[in-house]
Amino acid sequence: MSLLHVFVFGLKVGLLLWVLCCWVASMVSMNWFINGEFKDAKPSILGDTGSKMWFKFSNYSFRIHHQYYQYVGSKRISKTWWRKLLFSWVIGWVLASVLIFCYMSSQATEKRKETLASMCDERARMLQDQFNISMNHIQAISILISTFHHGKNLSAIDQRTFAKYAERTAFERPLTSGVAYAVRVFHSEREQFEKQQGWTIKRMDTLEQDPVHKDDYNPDLFDPSPIQEEYAPVIFAQDVVSHVVSIDMLSGKEDSKNVLRARKSGKGVLTAPFRLLKTNRLGVILTFAVYKRGLPSNATPNERIQATDGYLGGVFDIESLVKKLLQQLASKQTILVNVLDTTNQSYPISMYGSNASDDGLEHVSHLNFGDPFRKHEMRCRFKQKPPWPWLAITTSIGILVIVLLVGHIFNATVNRIAMVEDDCHKMMKLKKQAEAAGVAKSQFLATVSHEIRTPMNGVLGMLHMLMDTDLDVTQLDYVRTAQASGKALVALINEVLDQAKIESGKLELEEVQCDLRAVLDDVLSLFSGKVQDKGVEVINLYHTDSPYLPGPFFLLSWTLHTVFSHESKIYSILQLAVYISDQVPEVLIGDPGRFRQIIINLMGNSIKFTEKGHILVTVHLVEEMIGSIEGETESSSKNTLSGFPVAERCQSWKEFRTFSQEGSMHPFSDSINLIVSVEDTGEGIPLEAQSGVFTPFMQVDPSIYRTHGGTGIGLSISKCLVNLMKGEIGFVSIPKIGSTFTFTAVFTSSSSSSKKYKIQKINNRSNSVSTEFHGMRALVMDHRPARAKVAKYHLQRLGIHVEIVSKWERGLFIISKGVNAINMVLIEQEVWDKGLNGSAHFFDNLNKINRGTPPKVFLLSNSISSSRANTTISSVCNLTVIPKPLRATMLAASLQRAMGDGNKGNPCNGELPRASLQNLLMGRKILIVDDNNVNLKVAAGALKKYGADVVTAARGIEAIELLTPPHQFDACFMDIQMPEIDGFEATRRIREIEQNINDHIHFGEVSVEAYNNVSNWHVAILAMTADVIQATHEECVRCGMDGYVSKPYEAEQLYREVSRFFQ
Amino acid sequence: MEVVQIQRNLVDYTKSLFMEGFLDGQFLQLQQLQDESNPDFVAEVVSLFFDDSQKLLNELTIALDQPIVDFKKVDAHVHQLKGSSSSIGAQKVKNACIAFRNFCEVQNIEGCLTCLQQVKLEYYLAKNKFETLFRLEQQIVASGGSIPMIEMGF
Repeated sequence: MSLLHVFVFGLKVGLLLWVLCCWVASMVSMNWFINGEFKDAKPSILGDTGSKMWFKFSNYSFRIHHQYYQYVGSKRISKTWWRKLLFSWVIGWVLASVLIFCYMSSQATEKRKETLASMCDERARMLQDQFNISMNHIQAISILISTFHHGKNLSAIDQRTFAKYAERTAFERPLTSGVAYAVRVFHSEREQFEKQQGWTIKRMDTLEQDPVHKDDYNPDLFDPSPIQEEYAPVIFAQDVVSHVVSIDMLSGKEDSKNVLRARKSGKGVLTAPFRLLKTNRLGVILTFAVYKRGLPSNATPNERIQATDGYLGGVFDIESLVKKLLQQLASKQTILVNVLDTTNQSYPISMYGSNASDDGLEHVSHLNFGDPFRKHEMRCRFKQKPPWPWLAITTSIGILVIVLLVGHIFNATVNRIAMVEDDCHKMMKLKKQAEAAGVAKSQFLATVSHEIRTPMNGVLGMLHMLMDTDLDVTQLDYVRTAQASGKALVALINEVLDQAKIESGKLELEEVQCDLRAVLDDVLSLFSGKVQDKGVEVINLYHTDSPYLPGPFFLLSWTLHTVFSHESKIYSILQLAVYISDQVPEVLIGDPGRFRQIIINLMGNSIKFTEKGHILVTVHLVEEMIGSIEGETESSSKNTLSGFPVAERCQSWKEFRTFSQEGSMHPFSDSINLIVSVEDTGEGIPLEAQSGVFTPFMQVDPSIYRTHGGTGIGLSISKCLVNLMKGEIGFVSIPKIGSTFTFTAVFTSSSSSSKKYKIQKINNRSNSVSTEFHGMRALVMDHRPARAKVAKYHLQRLGIHVEIVSKWERGLFIISKGVNAINMVLIEQEVWDKGLNGSAHFFDNLNKINRGTPPKVFLLSNSISSSRANTTISSVCNLTVIPKPLRATMLAASLQRAMGDGNKGNPCNGELPRASLQNLLMGRKILIVDDNNVNLKVAAGALKKYGADVVTAARGIEAIELLTPPHQFDACFMDIQMPEIDGFEATRRIREIEQNINDHIHFGEVSVEAYNNVSNWHVAILAMTADVIQATHEECVRCGMDGYVSKPYEAEQLYREVSRFFQ
Repeated sequence: MEVVQIQRNLVDYTKSLFMEGFLDGQFLQLQQLQDESNPDFVAEVVSLFFDDSQKLLNELTIALDQPIVDFKKVDAHVHQLKGSSSSIGAQKVKNACIAFRNFCEVQNIEGCLTCLQQVKLEYYLAKNKFETLFRLEQQIVASGGSIPMIEMGF
């Protein structure tokens, strides 16, 4: 029981200590913190880690400690401080546990003492009671004697009667071993008395001198009593003590004292303990005086002496008495009892018990046996030594252990905290270093890329020049390779710069109006070159143009080359195509540049890994795709653009949130969720590498790099960009079959907020393309629906109604019997190659049909294979080859040439940037603003060369005046760095003025006629800057510029920027 | 001297200018801009450059001579000079200007003065080179030849 008790107690104490120490610690540290706050107003930002494990159960202390560990300035001090605290803590609790031990053991002793006292008192009381009972009875006998012996003339009691009576009433007096009665006899009566009794009065002295021989005891041996004034011979005695009959009690020294005292006081009087005759045990004799009758209770001692008749004595055998008594009581073994007569204080007489003196615990109880003269006491001791105070010992040890443990925990915690703090400091330092390194890296990248770009421009320009000199084929090849590498390097620098920006979170998306169709056309034209290049590599065909030149010039010239070379024998089998659902609005608001970048990345990858088949980019609304998920699966497996199997694209967006939570799809009414897929039939991504596809610098394996180049950064950039567009990116890839990457992006509908965004003249482009062919009808002959769909899409963009047929006969039927005249027939290359006979028949019949002008016939050619077709069809007039990939502008140009003028059916070689620029800029009125005369003159010269009508201004304020509507300017080239009003500021002001006027016109406050019938003023402003870093570009966009050209002018860039505005 | 020889000299001289880094591609671009409708374009631009630059250099000299130098102003001048020199392709002048601007940024007067001297030196060198170039061209024109163009394609 006690063990359990101790345990529980220990637990409680432990908890108490814990709480206590927490409190102390928190108070202390609060003070610390407050003090520290005054010392240092800027607490460091450390502390999340340091206080993590610290006293979680107490919010208060947690907070305090949290704050405390924010203050780390004086770590060293706090450490020593903690040590001291810990030390004093341990010392204090050791002392406390000693105190507890003392207290508890004293408690135990006290309790023991109490127990002893109560036991002792109990015994004493019992003894006293018993004694009193016996005494009373003896008194009763005395009364009996006075009544029946002295009261009657003839005594009714003789020795025998007395002995018998006494014997039979012995049970009433358990403490007496015998009773005897001695009568008072004066000397005068002695003789008569002796005669009457038949014995002489004997004296006791000799008996006392030689008391020991019990068995040989013979009263006859006593001497007769000497002559005295009075005698007190025993006349009656209980049988046990019958040997005292005839002995004069007054002759014994002790007895006579007793007797005299008894008759004087009239009360029971006790002798000092002495050895009893015969039994040789310790005993006392109680003496009562028997008086004559009629003695008043308040009689004087003299009267009492006079009235005395005799003396009744009872022998108390104290030893056996006490023994008997103790035996009746419980726990008799545990204590030792001594009964002492202490009448003589300095020399107490032991009446019972061993005299072994013990310095242990003792309790003394006074006994009152009715004799005021005699004093008795009972001394009790425990038999056993006091037990060890185990409770106290265990408790204090337990407390000590707990305290030491707590101390240990404290110590460990403090050490740990110190360690963590140190670590944290290190971490902070490292973090700062890392951050500094990161900043340095970004700066380095920005600087270096800028610095690299500048010399690279020189390198590229020189290479360009070099290519125009007279070189042989090998040299040309070298130069071309060098230039390609240079361009790749610049592209790489841009990518790295992008990645750095994304990492630092500085990349922000533009919000401008854009036409995805145009963007995708651009991308397609960019890649068509690469695809051709790939084809060339495969079939080892020479051609002498740069594969990197984007745009129609290269393509056309290259096609021309092959068309007329009649040399090519092998098919190129990689097709590029774009399809945009007509549900996608013409104009969206978003970041076309970044969208383009994503597409370029994805397509670039596809092209790298695809040798044959096709790469198809499709754009749909998310809403469309949700409806068609089920239908998609069955059709797509066979019915692909090139007939090659592809990876199911719907697999790639299965994980997308947009699809899983359809409810959340329309957060804003004007947001447009696009889903874009790039599908290829390449070698696919190995399963084990699929998980890391979007990790930066991750490539399937190093050999890929050697085969295909690239940094592996593109996809990770794409993913970031897609995330910025609030979309998701996913892919599905089956090795040897192909990959399909799909991403979603959220654009904004332009209709709702068109006024807020600047209007680019993008619309003009498609409009100008479309008007010419509007309402025409076309027949597309293709047995692959997917491919026909792409062709249809592009033709429809030009406003042409399209019908698709798969067979020659059906085509003929429609041409001849159809309700509306067909203006053009577009025949897929594959169809053409397959059915040469059919085609011959077709053409025969086509010429026969005479419904107005016969339809023009076009061949949709996969570029390289066109030559083969060409050989066959060269005889057939009226056939124009349209190289794929199809793009609206290309298609329009081809159609235009064919439809407008048959002789110009073949593209001429002059469509170089300069020529295009000339076309674009001819007759345009352009303002150039630059504070530098030389620059102004050079720029003006450059633009004049392309036929532009140039006005110059040297200051920003002039530009603002000139560009305040109404004006005739088509565009403005604005230097950024100018005194007084710089380019940004000037543009901002111009835009404000324009906005103001547009608003006025819009609300009808000003008539449109006053502003040349232009209701929406927005002059194209292009920044001129030598600074090509992105930040400048962003600043340009922010203040309302439409783009920028770098100084000095590069025709290609100029063309690219200008072509966005003038079509 | 035969016209052909002068033409060759001109080409060699131009090449040497490129090799030595006096000129860069921009000059070729400039030449591209010159055609029948604007026969003296390059010469006009270059002389405009020298006039402008002379003024700027004078102003720079005065500005740097002040007890308290207005570095903003100096920087603006140097920027002008850099812009125009890069427009005509006077590469060495441009590079000197870049160094000059760096000193301007840290407001180092010593460096600025050194750079000014450097720019002046480059300026005069360039002026000499251009004058020689134009003299050769004029000789060719006077001899009835055509000025050979170093073709620069885009």
